[in-house]
Amino acid sequence: MTDHERHLGLYRQMQLIRRFEEEAARAYAQGKIGGFLHLYIGQEAIAVGAVAALSASDYVLTTYRDHGLALARGMSPRTAMSELFGKATGCSQGLGGSMHFFDVEHNMLGGYGIVGGHLPIAAGTAFASKYRGDGRVSVVFFGEGAASIGDCHEAMALSALWKLPVIFVCENNQYAMGTPLTRTLANDDVTARAAGYGMASDRFVCENVHQVMEHFDLAIKRARELSEPTLMEIRTYRHRGHSMSDPGKYRTAEEVEEHKRRDPLVVSRTALEKAGLGDKLTELDASVETEVQDAIKFADDSPEPGPELLAATTYKGAFAR
Amino acid sequence: MPQMNMVQAINDALRFEMRKDPRVVLMGEDVGKVGGVFRVTQGLFDEFGDDRVIDTPLSEGGIIGTAIGMALYGLVPVPEIQFGDFIFPAYDQIVSELAKYRYRSGGEFSAKLVIRTPVGGGIRGGHYHSQSPEAQFIHVAGLKVVCPATPADAKGLLLASIRDPDPVLFFEPKRVYRAAKGEVPEGDFVVPLGKANVVKQGGDVTLVAWGAMLYEALDAAQKAAEKGIDCEVVDLRTLWPLDIDTIVQSVKKTGRVVVVHEAPKSCGLGSEIVALINEKAFLHLEAPPKRVTGFDTPFPYTLENEYLPLSHRILPAVVETAQY
Repeated sequence: MTDHERHLGLYRQMQLIRRFEEEAARAYAQGKIGGFLHLYIGQEAIAVGAVAALSASDYVLTTYRDHGLALARGMSPRTAMSELFGKATGCSQGLGGSMHFFDVEHNMLGGYGIVGGHLPIAAGTAFASKYRGDGRVSVVFFGEGAASIGDCHEAMALSALWKLPVIFVCENNQYAMGTPLTRTLANDDVTARAAGYGMASDRFVCENVHQVMEHFDLAIKRARELSEPTLMEIRTYRHRGHSMSDPGKYRTAEEVEEHKRRDPLVVSRTALEKAGLGDKLTELDASVETEVQDAIKFADDSPEPGPELLAATTYKGAFAR
Repeated sequence: MPQMNMVQAINDALRFEMRKDPRVVLMGEDVGKVGGVFRVTQGLFDEFGDDRVIDTPLSEGGIIGTAIGMALYGLVPVPEIQFGDFIFPAYDQIVSELAKYRYRSGGEFSAKLVIRTPVGGGIRGGHYHSQSPEAQFIHVAGLKVVCPATPADAKGLLLASIRDPDPVLFFEPKRVYRAAKGEVPEGDFVVPLGKANVVKQGGDVTLVAWGAMLYEALDAAQKAAEKGIDCEVVDLRTLWPLDIDTIVQSVKKTGRVVVVHEAPKSCGLGSEIVALINEKAFLHLEAPPKRVTGFDTPFPYTLENEYLPLSHRILPAVVETAQY
């Protein structure tokens, strides 16, 4: 595969996530999706770059902002959109919804709605990998808002102590819901903690998908070959509010526009256009459009789950009433 | 009297007490400049400043632990846990520490604070944003648990909670945060803790409910009336300590009772209420007490209206009880 072919593949994944979520936002406004919907728009290069550097057998876990990682990991847009619509064809048969994607087939061990609660779980999967000697790496994504949660500290302390093959990835989008990090973190360098735990660290501003891949290559090598954890902090930016109910008025329009100009998806697109691949981009965009529209139609046409699923998904055997 | 929704009534109570009592401080995730995820604390940061309306990091155990320390040193913290479902990282602090100070100091000392948190379903929040964890706190001796259904009760019960000498968990039914509207007395207004409210008199079946489910019970009572069944509806208001006397008095009159709550059935507060009715009014019963509740499953995203004990599930139970 040439570098251009590889780059086109990464671009397509980012564009798929972007368009999938734009359409999800529209479906939310139409009332097809209920509850909460947290968009990853602006941050796609991180999930896509990380997944490109990982093996399919590695474990990934993330926050409630989970559509991007699930799609990057290989969940079909049909399955993902159906879960958002609460349909039986979704990844959790429609019982989880937006924040709680789960995909055993692709080793995506969940989006988590309790902030920070999933970090120790990743330490656990990494422990199991080390114990079995299967060479798998666990990657857990969290926001800077989770950095003050007790579970975050405990997960890192144990992972460093036990030298676990895990990468803690702080996707620092600079706002813990509506509160800027200057009001939630005394030291805005999250990786400064790594020294305290005795753990390697890496900190950078996300500029493009290749850069993300390169940083992950190093951390993955450290985990896989040395069985050592890494604390990574990636400065990024979400273009939309925290969730659909958040107009994001705590940020200025200028600030958002400034970040949109540095959008890694646009960076990729511009680079590929400059390389004379404009026609190929048009073709890819069209195929993404078809795939997303198909996902919407599939989710629309899918049945809702029935109440009989509830008991059957609570205990093994007939116990729940 | 001004008309308010429940969000406005709670905001009014907080503002009133903060103006009156400089010991009262608010803390929590997004409660300051943003005004809280449900905007309950809107405007309070501007009026009282950042030393009394404190934005915290996401650290529930830290928030409650810190609030306990503040309370021990004489402040009256009113921490907000953004969703009731997020309270569990702080469960250790609440159960092991907060609930125990009075006991461990031989009755001399108390960590007096009010934890406000939105609970219950109705916003399609799925299994992390919909639960009703009252029973998990009622089971811990030393805590009081309150859940208002109307804006006026929300204000009066919150002011009573802030002034109460014991720690209170103040559960706010988010389903009716804005849907519940009504007249709210201005200024100082207290609804005493531990007193249920008979919101509708009736002679055939007693319905016990609280929070958002009060409106479902009232709706079922209206539909039952069309079938010739006259329900008495009791709004519990304070879940613990339980006003069992009001319930028993009603059951002695009707001989029939249906308890409604959103939380799962097994070991829910309904279990305790029915057990107490059996102990105190057994020979007055004309039918087995019934419970209409959430299922013993996680709170589902898609099947919310099946899981919740809405009017369409309450009515058949009322009819069955009446015809027993």
